Amino acid sequence: MTQYTIRRILYSIPVLIGILIVTFVIARSIPGDPCKAMLGEKATAEVCARFNKEQGLDKPIPVQFWIYMKDIARGDFGESIRYSRPVTIILIERLPTTIELGLIALILAVLIGIPLGVVSAVRRNSIIDVITMLIANVGVSMPVYWLGLMLSYVFALVFLDTPLWLPPSGRLTAGIIPTPFYEQFGWQAVEGTFRYHFLEFFSNMYILNSLLTREWDVLRDTARHLILPSLALSTIPLSIIARMTRSSMLEVLRQDYIRTARAKGLREWLVILKHAFRNALLPITTIIGLQLGRLFAGAVLTESIFGLAGVGRMLFEAITARDFPIVQAFTVVIAVGYVAANLLVDLSYAFIDPRIKLD
Amino acid sequence: MSTELNELQQKTQRDYRSNSLFWVTLRSIVRQRSAIIGGSILIFLVLVAIFAPVIAPYDPEEVLIGKEDIRKRESPCIHLLGCPEDQPQHILGVDGNVRDVFSRVIFGTRVSLFIGFSTVGFAIIVGTLLGAIGGYVGGWVDNLIMRVMDVLLAFPSLLLAIAIVTVLGRGLQNALLAIAIVSIPRYARVIRGSVLSIKEQEFVSASRALGGGNLHILFRRILPNAIPPLIVQGTLGIGAAILEAAALSFLGLGAQPPTPEWGTMLGSERNQVFTAPHLVFYPGLAIMITVLAFNLLGDGLRDAIDPRLKE
Repeated sequence: MTQYTIRRILYSIPVLIGILIVTFVIARSIPGDPCKAMLGEKATAEVCARFNKEQGLDKPIPVQFWIYMKDIARGDFGESIRYSRPVTIILIERLPTTIELGLIALILAVLIGIPLGVVSAVRRNSIIDVITMLIANVGVSMPVYWLGLMLSYVFALVFLDTPLWLPPSGRLTAGIIPTPFYEQFGWQAVEGTFRYHFLEFFSNMYILNSLLTREWDVLRDTARHLILPSLALSTIPLSIIARMTRSSMLEVLRQDYIRTARAKGLREWLVILKHAFRNALLPITTIIGLQLGRLFAGAVLTESIFGLAGVGRMLFEAITARDFPIVQAFTVVIAVGYVAANLLVDLSYAFIDPRIKLD
Repeated sequence: MSTELNELQQKTQRDYRSNSLFWVTLRSIVRQRSAIIGGSILIFLVLVAIFAPVIAPYDPEEVLIGKEDIRKRESPCIHLLGCPEDQPQHILGVDGNVRDVFSRVIFGTRVSLFIGFSTVGFAIIVGTLLGAIGGYVGGWVDNLIMRVMDVLLAFPSLLLAIAIVTVLGRGLQNALLAIAIVSIPRYARVIRGSVLSIKEQEFVSASRALGGGNLHILFRRILPNAIPPLIVQGTLGIGAAILEAAALSFLGLGAQPPTPEWGTMLGSERNQVFTAPHLVFYPGLAIMITVLAFNLLGDGLRDAIDPRLKE
């Protein structure tokens, strides 16, 4: 197992290097001179030469790539052109929102998708099955941003002045300011230190933070703001998970050992949960892992619809504004997250199915 | 006696013909409910695309200011549903530039179907070549191709497409290219898998023993047998490509106004969702129906072609 884990991690290194190369190439092939983009169109050749020297842009491309790799290894992503702030700090501000949004969407998708899939497999061809599969088919075919806009229309306008009203945008209602948990706990953190940024990262996850500080009104408010975006974001993964669960369960329910389990008089729910579901879990896990990339891509659209200051929207804005350092850093973080998630899925196979020997 | 024999012969021949792979497959496709529903919607959409100029009451890019007495973003007006006869009829209303939304949605079918077929066609050709070469040649060539595909797959496809469009410049053509590039790995993987398993079969060895060259074996013997799973992937891929192209256009990177593209229509009116929801609702609905048709058809085809996957 350990050996397999190490080998699997080693295998992902070439992919990671590939990701860095692609990001590096893309960032450098976006049309436009970085000097002009940063200092303005009127920058003279002299000023640009100095700027290029300062930024290391006058060095040969392979050397630039080497420096870029070294910087990334140290967690230094440079400074944003548009905001003139370290990219790492921007990442710390933006990433928590996307993580919370993505996690809630994924949890929704799993908690709703798997039971729906199991029920429609067990009650095959029943009305529940037909409706579930109809929803699942429509769900994968829906544009996320369209669903988002429609949800905000219904919940923010049609349900205006009713208890069902939900805010259509933002992360918190204006005026509600959460206390960072580390301040409430009396932990000291000096601004600019690693410890400060580390704590700040977690306190920017408002749901986690308000749970820790027990500010229930903040929790309620931030949760209400996240309902619509995470609903919109979860539809596609939910549909895919429900479909996969159904077909995987159907496959397993046909097996002889299920008949044996029933024949020996086990209660039906035990047969389904313990004998069938456990064995159907493998393809479901794989498909859940694959949803992470979809969630990040969906986050670009969802965050811009619901006015959330997350990584997805920032990355889109940075690409269109030619803010190379942010493009590089955010793409790398997203791609690395994706690779890591798939690694975890691969490793989890051994836990789900002890028959799989990972070596 | 001889007529009896003749009849029997004819019957056998008929049986033989009607049980050929083509007819068996076609019959099992027809038996799939979802394939039928998806296929019917698709035929309907193709007809709409072909006869768009006949169906659409207006030119999709025609600005109606001064030509009719209407304001911008006017709600739908349907005479049958009680809209006054003296008002011009706009079944789905009028958009922010005073254009007939119904005509734009109708013409959008052309754009979307073109997007779907062209991107997937391109991706299938390139993906098939890469996957086939990788699977057939093996060794470091295979390793190199598949690692490149892994890297492409490591990026969420929409993000990679956004980045590629930014490099190439906005516009429908570049968006199509970006989506095609992003979807190449999917097809390369499918083909590679099929080629790997087919190349070990006896008829391939037989062909080699008969003196068939590598190109002959790969393109005439192996690839034709690797096509069925590709058809399924391709059909499902068209739906995905249409969704992604619409998303790019929604973000302002794909088709540019005044092209009647559903994603562009949605994107340019997204801030009006509270005041004129019909401008957002119908283009999105059109996207959903089109993608749904391809998904249903793809699912049905998969079940028909590969009985092992039958649910």
